Amino acid sequence: MNFLDVRHLSVSFTQEQGSVQAVRDVSFSIDEGETLAVVGESGAGKSQVFHALLGLQAKNARVAGSAKLAGQELIGLPATQLNQYRGNALRIIFQDPMTALNPYLKIGVQLTEILQVHQGASYQQARTQALQALQEVKLPNPEWNFQQYPHELSGGMRQRVMIAMAILGHPRLIIADEPTTALDVTVQSDIISLLKKIHQQHGTSMVLITHDIPLVAGLCERIMMMYAGKIVETGTLQEIHQQARHPYTRALLQATPANQRNSGKLVSIAGQPPDPRQLPTGCAFAPRCEKARRQCQTAQPELTAVSDTQQVACFFAEEN
Amino acid sequence: MDLLQVEQLGVTFNHSFKALNQVSFNLRQGEVLGIVGESGSGKSTLARVIMRLQMPSEGDVKWRSDSLFAMDNKQQQAYRKQVQMIFQDPLDALNPRMTVAQIIAEPLRYLMPQLSRKQVRQKVAQVLTPMGLSESQLGRYPHEFSGGQCQRIGIARAMIVEPELLVCDEPVSALDVSIQAQIINLLLELKQQKGLSMLFISHDLSIVRHLCDRVLVLYKGEIVELAETESLYQSPQSDYTRRLLASIPLHNPLEERARIEAWGV
Repeated sequence: MNFLDVRHLSVSFTQEQGSVQAVRDVSFSIDEGETLAVVGESGAGKSQVFHALLGLQAKNARVAGSAKLAGQELIGLPATQLNQYRGNALRIIFQDPMTALNPYLKIGVQLTEILQVHQGASYQQARTQALQALQEVKLPNPEWNFQQYPHELSGGMRQRVMIAMAILGHPRLIIADEPTTALDVTVQSDIISLLKKIHQQHGTSMVLITHDIPLVAGLCERIMMMYAGKIVETGTLQEIHQQARHPYTRALLQATPANQRNSGKLVSIAGQPPDPRQLPTGCAFAPRCEKARRQCQTAQPELTAVSDTQQVACFFAEEN
Repeated sequence: MDLLQVEQLGVTFNHSFKALNQVSFNLRQGEVLGIVGESGSGKSTLARVIMRLQMPSEGDVKWRSDSLFAMDNKQQQAYRKQVQMIFQDPLDALNPRMTVAQIIAEPLRYLMPQLSRKQVRQKVAQVLTPMGLSESQLGRYPHEFSGGQCQRIGIARAMIVEPELLVCDEPVSALDVSIQAQIINLLLELKQQKGLSMLFISHDLSIVRHLCDRVLVLYKGEIVELAETESLYQSPQSDYTRRLLASIPLHNPLEERARIEAWGV
């Protein structure tokens, strides 16, 4: 059975000017111990999917559909019940570790609190486990860091504290939402490598939300591409890199500059992502797609399997 | 001929923290010089000194052999016209209460006040097309545009006074991948067609390799390496540069996986 099973999830926001469709009918699942990358540009809805199933959506959001964690429905669950999952089975690592940590509390307090509240641990037990976690994320001096405030640590160290917090009590799924975007390049590899080791040692399922395709390969086996609130393609790392069938996936791969000698102009995708208040009636990528035909302007392609592991939402997937 | 000579530049904050120390380099005419380093390495402080927004504690910066910090008002005015800047956060860098036309024309009001209204309008119209903007957008406000379009407006504002040097402080790091390539291509065009020189500050080493002629690596306020782009990427001389290059994610997924497996935390 799938560990996490999301079916027909939609998230919309009601505004004075009308409604914004941030996530549109998204279905996917994650197996125990699996690593999934969710790739898309800003506004693609990739964070909204996971915020919705953690109950972290904004107040004016309307969430529809289903998300089952080990058979238990999460959507619509009251906060008190949701907290059992958020504190134990599910954890999230946010993009900016400075705003995600409480600036008034010492690192140690923030780490031990989780175990005391959610797992009923005594302070001593919690402290021992917290120090172990700090050791596991390779902080140089756990005893000392335990007494420090977030502002005393560098960005990379703060993100390690966030990861230590995420692994406390061994959750079954860690959602890392752009965990390296705010960090320097040298630290970026540290963090991905660390997440990989945690996955290997504990078999934790991982979701990496990112806009950076090259980063994905270090951690994830499967990739889910999102555009304008929909899944446009999903497949294994190999499939996406070598035989991507959706024009958007292909264009994004080409637009990412490789570390190679200057070869003139970069391949760019003309135009810009659609306004989520005024989505096109047909395929959302059609206005930017070189291969778009009449059918693409009027009807929305469904996600269709092209192999056991690869699905594409494009009318002309077989030709691509 | 060198456009800019940076000589033994030092900037000290709070009498103790050396943001820049003994930094010396020249920028050649028509050259794109990449400046890379991690946060806190002094990249933006260097840009601020060159824009005359920050006084150096030691050393000097010369524009065509004139010291930036010994200029009279007239020379300062001329310098501002020759050196323009584009910023990291494209929306933040535009005044939300001005229309696109006002934003793009603003440098002319201060730097070329002799122009008539008609001449200003003509200049604004001329600068739009190469930036991929249209006249129908002139009456709109910044919030009506996407990040990539705002960056185009920012570049149009910089280019309207026909500068010789463009200082770019992380100009694409806030943009989506598909839009980054558009802006990088635009900068490449400006370099090729107008012979524009650039200081290109970035932490994205793949983009720097693509765009820059030479690369300067800063670490804790000091230059650890300065070399032609290809020789720096192919045979880095300092340990820090090697570490920086080793941290670039690889395009080939199998190679990237192997790189992360081998990466020591």
